[in-house]
Amino acid sequence: MELGLDVTEKNGYAVLAVRGEVDVYTAPRLRERLVELVSQGKHQIVVDLEGVDFLDSTGLGVLVGGLKRLRSHDGDLALVCTQHRILKVFEITGLTKVFSIHESVDAAVGE
Amino acid sequence: MANRAVATEQAIELQIPARAEFVALVRLVVSSLASARRILADDRVDDLKLAVSEACTNAIEAHGAASLDDRIVVRCWESDDRLEVSVEDRGEGFDPQSLPQHPPVTDPQRLNFERGLGIPLIRTLVDEVEFITADEGTSVTLTMYCGRLSDQ
Repeated sequence: MELGLDVTEKNGYAVLAVRGEVDVYTAPRLRERLVELVSQGKHQIVVDLEGVDFLDSTGLGVLVGGLKRLRSHDGDLALVCTQHRILKVFEITGLTKVFSIHESVDAAVGE
Repeated sequence: MANRAVATEQAIELQIPARAEFVALVRLVVSSLASARRILADDRVDDLKLAVSEACTNAIEAHGAASLDDRIVVRCWESDDRLEVSVEDRGEGFDPQSLPQHPPVTDPQRLNFERGLGIPLIRTLVDEVEFITADEGTSVTLTMYCGRLSDQ
């Protein structure tokens, strides 16, 4: 199963576009990519979930871990998500209050 | 339980190795089954797909890395008013009532909890969930009512 993880830079943010299904099998790759970005000094990260078809609690856990890591560097991890079925997972778990969730990458990077 | 016994005879059974890469296959089979028979509305199929995925993830984690040859059994059966999916593992059991409580999301300490969201998700997504834990493993049965009984 492929998990697309493409990084671009926009307005000083590292934008990580995730494509595919994030589950117990693929989530470790997302975690590694986030850890790598932080170790490269990228402390303002936007994770774009618009290309994600499926996200479960392991994926949520990785995003929570990423946010924690970035906060410890005075950074932030923001999300881009407009898909109802993905947003629903954040809503049920109450994590909409933990992450800033934007409708577009431009909105997330403040352009 | 007589009705369940009859329905179980017509169950569809899928066995997978207790390994993470097979969870996607279970999602595909269960969601295809629910969609093809038009038993559930699309958003309910998504709910079931996520709940089944969480149950399989827990089952695989219960087996741990040491038992790669173990198998997880997924059974689906339907009747007029419901679709049921059970996930059975042979791992060490757990008590679904004694899971640690997360701090509220507004608490900064919340970020220290990356795990433990699966069971609350399952409970919210399906109409009924039953955990049976025994020495030989855990069985989780998820029930979706076609008539959205939970909303009535």
